[in-house]
Amino acid sequence: MSAAVAPPATPAPVGAAEALGARGAVAAIIAAARTRDRMRAVAVAGILVAVIGALSIAALALGAVALAPGEVVGALLESAEGGARFIVLQLRLPRLLLALLVGAALGLSGALLQAVVRNPLASPDVVGVTGGASAAAVLAIAAGATGAAVSGAALLGAAIAVAVVLLASGRGVAGARFIVVGIAVAFLAQGVLGYALSRASMQDAASAYYWLVGSVGSPSTSDLGVLGAVVAVGISFAVLARCPLGAQQLGDDTARSLGAHPVGIRVAAAAVSTVLAAAAVSVAGPLAFVAFVAGPIARRLRGAGPAALTAALVGAVLVLASDLVAQHLMPGALQPPAGLVTGAIGAPLLLWLLIRRSRLEAIA
Amino acid sequence: MLGASLLAIALLTAVAVSLAVGARATEPASVWLALIDPTALADPVDGLVVRELRVPRTVIGLLVGAALGSAGVVMQGITRNPVADPGLLGVTAGSSFAVVLGISVLGVTAPVGLAGFALLGALLTALGVGAIARAAGAGSTPALLVVAGFAVTAGLGTLTTLVLLGDPESLDRYRFWTVGSLTGRGLDAALALAPLVVAGALVALSLARALDALALGDDVARGLGFRLGPTRTASLVAIVLLAGTATALAGPLVFVGLIGAHAARAAVGGRHALLLPVAAVAGAGVVLAADVVGRLVAPPGELEVGIVIAALGAPLLIALARSRRAVAA
Amino acid sequence: MTAPLLRAEGLSLGYGREPIVHDVDLDVAPGRFTVLVGANASGKSTLLRGLARLLPPLGGTVTLGGRPLSALPTREVARTIGVLPQNPVAPEGIVVADLVARGRYPHQRIFRGRSSDDDAVVAGALAATGTASLADRRVDELSGGQRQRVWIAMALAQQPRILLLDEPTSALDVAHQVEVLDVLRAEAARGTTVVLVIHDLTLAARYAEELVVLAEGRIVARGEPGDVLTAETVERAFGVEARVLTDPDTGRPVILPGALAGVISTA
Repeated sequence: MSAAVAPPATPAPVGAAEALGARGAVAAIIAAARTRDRMRAVAVAGILVAVIGALSIAALALGAVALAPGEVVGALLESAEGGARFIVLQLRLPRLLLALLVGAALGLSGALLQAVVRNPLASPDVVGVTGGASAAAVLAIAAGATGAAVSGAALLGAAIAVAVVLLASGRGVAGARFIVVGIAVAFLAQGVLGYALSRASMQDAASAYYWLVGSVGSPSTSDLGVLGAVVAVGISFAVLARCPLGAQQLGDDTARSLGAHPVGIRVAAAAVSTVLAAAAVSVAGPLAFVAFVAGPIARRLRGAGPAALTAALVGAVLVLASDLVAQHLMPGALQPPAGLVTGAIGAPLLLWLLIRRSRLEAIA
Repeated sequence: MLGASLLAIALLTAVAVSLAVGARATEPASVWLALIDPTALADPVDGLVVRELRVPRTVIGLLVGAALGSAGVVMQGITRNPVADPGLLGVTAGSSFAVVLGISVLGVTAPVGLAGFALLGALLTALGVGAIARAAGAGSTPALLVVAGFAVTAGLGTLTTLVLLGDPESLDRYRFWTVGSLTGRGLDAALALAPLVVAGALVALSLARALDALALGDDVARGLGFRLGPTRTASLVAIVLLAGTATALAGPLVFVGLIGAHAARAAVGGRHALLLPVAAVAGAGVVLAADVVGRLVAPPGELEVGIVIAALGAPLLIALARSRRAVAA
Repeated sequence: MTAPLLRAEGLSLGYGREPIVHDVDLDVAPGRFTVLVGANASGKSTLLRGLARLLPPLGGTVTLGGRPLSALPTREVARTIGVLPQNPVAPEGIVVADLVARGRYPHQRIFRGRSSDDDAVVAGALAATGTASLADRRVDELSGGQRQRVWIAMALAQQPRILLLDEPTSALDVAHQVEVLDVLRAEAARGTTVVLVIHDLTLAARYAEELVVLAEGRIVARGEPGDVLTAETVERAFGVEARVLTDPDTGRPVILPGALAGVISTA
C-alpha cells in the first residue's frame, strides 16, 4: 500500500536553483523546515526516552526496600548482590515492563484511531472499544474463564465494538457521527458490564471491580510476551504506514488523490488499534483515558502529524508515572491501582482538551 | 394527538403487565383481587407478591420514567442539543456517586437523606456540564457534550468503585443498584420522594414557553422577552429535582430521557407545553416496559432495568447520529 | 399612533472590554425605514444588537419612549421591539404556523395558552409577508426567501412598534432581496419603525428613508440617501473610490464601485 505513495515532497530541482535566486531562497526555506521537523522529532523522542529512563530507575529503586540508583543499575548489569537483584529483576522489572508496554499499546491505539478518523475525540476509550473489551472480559470471568480465554474474550468484545461503530457510522466516519455512535456503544458496553458484574459471584465481582480500574501490578511472563509482540506489531504498522496515515489527515479525497487507499488504511489502522487496546485491557484493565490523551499530547509535542510513535512514548510515560504516583505518593495504606490516577488526571485533561478544541473551532 | 394517545395506551398496558407478570405466575383475576380486596384471594402469597413486590416497582418505574422523560426534554431544550439526556451528560452518574458516598461513608439510610445527596450530586454535575458547555462557547456541539458526559460518567464510575471496594457489603448491595434497578427501594421511599418529582415537573412546565422560544436561538428568545439567566437557572432546578430524585430511587439510568423526549417529539411535535407531559408518559412507559422485559428474558433470574434500557437506547442514539445533521455536523 | 422613540445617547458597545461602537448618539426616526450601512466590522450589527438590548452598553444608554431600556421589563420591551438576528435557526421539523405563533409569547401569560385573538394576529402576519399559503409547510423545506419572510412574520406576530433586523437579505438572490425589502417597506408604511442592516448600498439607497453610515464604530453620515451617499462618504466608510449616479426612475443614488482608495499609496 505504501509503495504506491509518492515519497515526501523533495525540494525544488537543484539544477534550477541558478535560474532564479528567489526559487533558491524558497528551496532553502523548505529544506530548513524539513530539518527543523527532523530535529524536533529527535528532540521530542530523546526527551521522552530520557523521562522514561529516569522514571524507570525510580520505579525499580522505590518500594518497601528502597535501593540506590547505583544498586539498581548494578542489578540490571548482573553485578549486584542476590537480594537487590531479586527485588529488581523478579519483583519490580516485570511491573515496570508491563506499565511501559500497556502505556505504549494504549497510546499507539489511540493515536492510530484518531489519525484515521481525523477526530481527536476518537479514542478507544471514548468510542467503546475498551468498554467492549472490559465487558466481554468480565463476562468471561463471571462464566469461570481464566487466562487466555479472558484475553480472547476481550479481543472479541473490542472487535465487536469497533465493528459496530465503524459500520454504523458508515460514510460519516470522519465526523462527529463516529463519536456519538461510539458513545452509544460505550454506554451499551457499560450496561453489559453491569450485567456481568451483577451475575458474578461476590468474590469474582470484587476482583473484577478492582481490575476494572486498571492496574499493572501482577503481570505474568506470558502476559508480557504477548503484549510485547502486539506492541511490536503496532509499532511496525505505524512505521510502515506513516505515509498513508499522513495523507489520511488531509481528508479522504486528498488521500486518494495522493495514491492512498483511505478505506483500506482506515480498516487496517482500526484493526491494529483494536488489537492493541484489547491486549492492553486484557492484561491490565481499562486504564482510563490514557489512549485519549496520549495522542493530543504527542501531536502537541511533535507540532503536527499522526505522531503515532510519539504517542506510544507518551502513553508509556503516563502509565509509568501514574503507577509510581499510585504506589508511592498516595496517602494511607490502600495502594490504589494506577487506573485511578490516570482517570483522575485524564478526565479533567480530556475535558480541558475538549473545551480548548471547540473554542479554536468556534473562532475558525 | 394520535401519537400521544398511543403512548398513553402503551403506558397503561405497561402498568397492567408490570402488575401481572413476574417470576411467580399470577392470574389476571387474582392480580385484580390482590389490588382491591386481598382477603378474598385463594392464595395469600399472590396478594403479597402483587402488593409488596410489583406495586412498589411499578410505582417507582412510573415516577422514575416520568421524571427522566421530562428531564430529557428540559435538557434538550436548554442546550438545543438533540442528544441531551440526564444519563448521557453524566448528571445521573454524579447523583449516583453522591448517593454511594452518602451510604458508604456517612452511613445515611433514610430515603429523604439519600435524596438530598442525589440532588446535591445532580446539581454539582449539572453545573459542571453547564460550565463545560459555556466554556466551549459556540463550539459546544452535541458530540462534545456527550463526550464530556461520558468522561464524567466514567470518572465517577471509577470513584464509585473505589468507595465501594473498601466496603464489600455495600458493594454487594449496590452493584445491582448502580446498574439501574426498580427493586432497590420500597414504596415508602417512592411516596416520600414523589413530591420532589411533582415539584420538578411543575418547574419544567412553567418553562414550556421559554423553551419554545429558546429553540429559535438565544437572540430571538431574548427578543421575545425571555431572560436567559432565569430560564437557565429554573431549568437547572427542574433537571436536578427530576434526575436527582429518579436516581435516588432507581440508580443511574442512561437513555430514558433521550427515548422519552424523542418519542414525544415524534408524537406531538416541538411545543414544550405538550412535549413535557407526553415525554413523561413515554419515559414511564419505556421504564416499565424495559422492567417487564427484564423480568421475562432471563428466567429464573431478572435483568436490571438499566441494562435493558441501555440495549434499547444505544440503537436509538446511533440512529439519531445517523439521521440528523444536527448531530453529525 | 406613532411608535415610541428609540434613542441612543453616548452609546458604546463591545464584546470584551474593547468597544466596537464608540460614543454613538442616534435618534431612530419613528415610523420610518432606517438602514444601517458600513464596511465589515464597522459596528453596524453591534449597534443594532445594542438597540435591541441583546448587548448591554459599555457606556451611555438606550432609551425607549424616554425610559432607559435596561430598566424596562424585558417582556414589555418585547411587546414594542421585535428583533430578527442574523441567520436565525429554526428547530428541526417545525411548521410555519407554529414558528410564527411563537412570536405571540410576549403577549401571553405563563399558564394561559394561545387564544383566537393570537391566531388572528398570526394569520395577519402570514398575510402581510405573503406566506399564508405556506402555513402548514415545514420551515426546513422552504426556499431561502420564503424562510426569511416566515421569520419576518414571526417578528410581525409580536406586533412590535419597532422592528430591528440584522442582514435579513444576506444569502438571498436579488429577487428574494426585493421581495423581503418590499414586505418591510409595507410595514414601515403602516407606521412601524423599521431598522435594518444590509450590505448592498444600491438596495439600501433605494429603500431607505433614513440612511445611517458607520465607519470604525462611529456614525459618519446620516440623512436621506440622496444627501448622504456621496463619493466622499463612500470612500470614507468603505475605502473604495466610487461613482455615484442617480437612478432616473426613483431619483435615488446608485453606487458604482471603482478602484480601492489609496491603493497606489500603500503599494
